[in-house]
Amino acid sequence: MLDISNLHATVAGKPILNGVTLHVPAGEVHAIMGPNGSGKSTLAYVLSGRPGYEVTEGSANFDGQDLIALEPHERAAAGLFLGFQYPVEIPGISYLQFLRESRNSQRRSRGEPELSGGEFIKLAREQAALLGMDAEMLKRPVNVGFSGGEKKRAEMVQMGIMNPKFALLDETDSGLDIDALKAVGAGINRIMRAPDKGVLLITHYQRLLDYVEPDKVHVLRGGQIVRSGGPELALELEREGYAEAAA
Amino acid sequence: MTAPFPTHKQEDWRYADLGALKPVWEQFAEPITLTAGAGESLEEVWLPTADDVRLKRVRLALGPGAKARIFALNNAAVYGRVELDVSLAEGADFELFGANIGTGVSTNEFVTNVKHVGPNGRSRQTIRSVLGGKAVGSYLGKVEVARGAQQTDGEQSVKAMLLDRGATANCKPELEIYADDVKCAHGATVGELDPMQLFYAETRGLDPASARALLLEGFVMGLWDSAGDSDAICTAARDALRRIV
Repeated sequence: MLDISNLHATVAGKPILNGVTLHVPAGEVHAIMGPNGSGKSTLAYVLSGRPGYEVTEGSANFDGQDLIALEPHERAAAGLFLGFQYPVEIPGISYLQFLRESRNSQRRSRGEPELSGGEFIKLAREQAALLGMDAEMLKRPVNVGFSGGEKKRAEMVQMGIMNPKFALLDETDSGLDIDALKAVGAGINRIMRAPDKGVLLITHYQRLLDYVEPDKVHVLRGGQIVRSGGPELALELEREGYAEAAA
Repeated sequence: MTAPFPTHKQEDWRYADLGALKPVWEQFAEPITLTAGAGESLEEVWLPTADDVRLKRVRLALGPGAKARIFALNNAAVYGRVELDVSLAEGADFELFGANIGTGVSTNEFVTNVKHVGPNGRSRQTIRSVLGGKAVGSYLGKVEVARGAQQTDGEQSVKAMLLDRGATANCKPELEIYADDVKCAHGATVGELDPMQLFYAETRGLDPASARALLLEGFVMGLWDSAGDSDAICTAARDALRRIV
């Protein structure tokens, strides 16, 4: 599903990723853990095509397509979703309008019919309810005045509406209280746990992995995967810290 | 008796298209007076007319504790000017939300003079301009705080987005303060769309052109969020934006 091979990337001329190799097959959830500055967010941004994040070597293929050659919106249309660590505020545009236009734009790119206004509102209400978010919040401008936890829940509502094939979730668990963490974890399982889908979960801590059990855990350090293992590796990291466990 | 025709030497007319104004001056020269008495509230939505040249000159007097909220869209094809002369008595509250949307060789401007005469007044002026082609969009805004007008809280927020190299934004917030315990803030930016907002929208599947159009819409539409009945001004602003993006 997602095949990353010897990926090198720079930001403002500075090398951040130094040969990441990673394979996430369909049906699996992989977690990437690592200390601050190890390149976790850079990997998410490179895979989703943020301007200024330059691939200098290696490749990333998604369902056989060269991901790096695609524009960010083409990656979305291909089925990739990025859950932001810091979701962006867009004053003046309601969540409903933003998501309806985004989703319809994806559907147009794939040659699928657009959803009617009524169909879309029904879908948005359903997804908000499943994430424990008041549907009235979707009438407000995108993320404006949302608390940190509300923004992260809203990211998951977006994921539910977009129904992607692959989700890159960048510290979706940061800034969440216990209830929100449970709701977000359940949302990830419900939306993304399927034989034809995949997830790359970027996190600092083990706690989200109590709710979303990964098939594999990788440690990223100095822009490379330095260790891989099963779910038990996350527990080991939690116990011993990155310095010990990844030495 | 018509007011004398202005000249560019007058500060508040320096960016005006006087050539376009000259033939219609008599029709617009006399200001309209609006008042909100003690404790009263006033909300007005000023929609554009179909005229190529239009001038709206308003004197607004707010009594003690009165509230006024003005929403205005300025998008004349040749020259549009919204001029507001406001006086605030004690505890009065004034809010202006205005947009200049211009293209071609048009000139659109907001010119305001907000006088805090009594203490504890509050004024908020929020102006957004989206300018393409060789359009000019201006905001000349003066806030005067009289000697006794302590605890005045004034704010001017002015942002402009230039879509083409030939477009021009002028912004001149001005403060004249004679009281010593007041809060007056102003901020102005002229820029392009926020790259992080663009990227966020694109990761959700919007192509770059649609993402730009949506963000520009948000840049302007945020102005009308607090209007009681914003349908007409939203529609008019959206139409105006579609013509330039």
